[in-house]
Amino acid sequence: MTTVLTAGLGLKPQHYDAALASRADGLWFEVHPENYMVAGGPRLAWLEAIRTRHAISLHGVALSLAADAEPDPAHLTRLAGLVRRIEPALVSEHLAWSAWRGAYYPDLLPFPRTGEALARIADNVSRAQDALGRRIAIENPAHYLRLDGHAWDEIDFLYELARRTGCGLLLDVNNVYVGARNLGYAAEAYIDAFPGCLVMEIHLAGHTPDPNLGEALLVDSHDAPVAPEVWALYERVIRRIGARPTLIERDDNLPEFAELFAERERAAAMLRAPLAAAA
Amino acid sequence: MAVPAPGALARFQDGFTSALLAPGAAVAPEIAALAAQPAFAVYRNTVMKGCIDALQANYPAVARLVGEEWFRAAAVIYVHEAPPAVPMLLDYGAAFADFLARFEPAAELPYLPGVARLDRLWTEAHGAPTEDVLDPAAVAGLAPEVLAATVLRPRAATRWAWFADAPVYTIWSRNRGNGVPEAELEWQAEGAFLVRPRDAVEWMPLDAAGCAFLDACAAGSTLAAAAEAALAVQGDADLARLMSTLLAAGAFSRMSHIAERRIQPSRNDRA
Repeated sequence: MTTVLTAGLGLKPQHYDAALASRADGLWFEVHPENYMVAGGPRLAWLEAIRTRHAISLHGVALSLAADAEPDPAHLTRLAGLVRRIEPALVSEHLAWSAWRGAYYPDLLPFPRTGEALARIADNVSRAQDALGRRIAIENPAHYLRLDGHAWDEIDFLYELARRTGCGLLLDVNNVYVGARNLGYAAEAYIDAFPGCLVMEIHLAGHTPDPNLGEALLVDSHDAPVAPEVWALYERVIRRIGARPTLIERDDNLPEFAELFAERERAAAMLRAPLAAAA
Repeated sequence: MAVPAPGALARFQDGFTSALLAPGAAVAPEIAALAAQPAFAVYRNTVMKGCIDALQANYPAVARLVGEEWFRAAAVIYVHEAPPAVPMLLDYGAAFADFLARFEPAAELPYLPGVARLDRLWTEAHGAPTEDVLDPAAVAGLAPEVLAATVLRPRAATRWAWFADAPVYTIWSRNRGNGVPEAELEWQAEGAFLVRPRDAVEWMPLDAAGCAFLDACAAGSTLAAAAEAALAVQGDADLARLMSTLLAAGAFSRMSHIAERRIQPSRNDRA
């Protein structure tokens, strides 16, 4: 029997007990696989325990698919091992790079969307999907910099990447909002143009104004509740494309589990709404 | 629009990473223009914060001893010296104790590198492969001559260290978890023993004889040779008590007997 995934939560060690005990229709949990790449011990044991009760999504940050290099074979092997062990419902990565020439940069770094980049990333996504033996979802990034040299619009780029590799997409609504505010484009237009049939998962997160530049620069900080504008964009997209597994993503300034669960409940209620409307 | 030259992406990434960690570095004009945008600081800050947060999470006793401000200032220098090579940040900072040992501002805290070593040993024990614990009863039933020729193998999650110059174990354990840093401190040499018998890392003090004993076990010595090594550093060591304490704590994974090797080399030869 498979359960339809509804709204999920990022899983943090502080919330292991509450996560294990929580019950809700279609509830699931997402982790960064890099935090579970250990030989043994309590972290893996916890993830496996939660896996016995809830679906898990592995959301990678380190395949560095947009680097002009193949994914690190050792890292891909570790990820494949974790996928076999956990049997996640979803596996996703980013349209970004984070490893370069033997160093790891804990961030999701930008690049010019050129034909060269597209060819490289398509090759990397295919390698990853072959190694993992499954389809992965690629997430649209948050933007801060005005970067010259884009030959491709981002949505066209993602669509073409999916066409070449068969990958799906992860729509991060907060990234859309943050990028639109920082670079001055219309978030609604981006959301409306995003290819709904490719969306395997949606992310909702909080952002904060940059400490120095204030509202002129929003940072995708994952340390605050989801903003009203992001909820509105979310409603807009699920009305158009229908329900998708939706994650409340929180990594910093972590509140009580109940507070995150309340945000999760709000997303779950909205996911029921488009279905009710269609019925 | 002009077709970008092959390798443009690689050149972009070379320039971008230079600008990330070394703000003054000489980079190509297009990268310099990017790095001049105020928003470039978001990437610089996120990368640096990610590394520092990981280091602070992995060295909680050090951070508690020196305070957050001192720790994070030292961490910036460490990150520049030894940025992460792999994305498993749970394991980041393997060289931090060595860094602190030669870090000038830490010179007045001579116990600090030792405290960092114990934080590191905790991390190693926490993520070590899960193995069975050798049942103490299996050892208790052995005849003395068999026991002398027995080799006990420390588990992957067993760690120990001897600190000849400072009460590093006491300082560390008082700053780890819910310790009491204010209590009176006797300045003496100390050893530490950490183990993860099941899901949690546990620790206790270990004397010089205990550390020498475990060193010998890890090197594959028989219990007779390990006992000799322990007595060599501490003549009055209570070996029976040491053995039972280590066995009860779950220090060992399995045992083997090598006495028969000289007579029947084929059967139990583990070489």
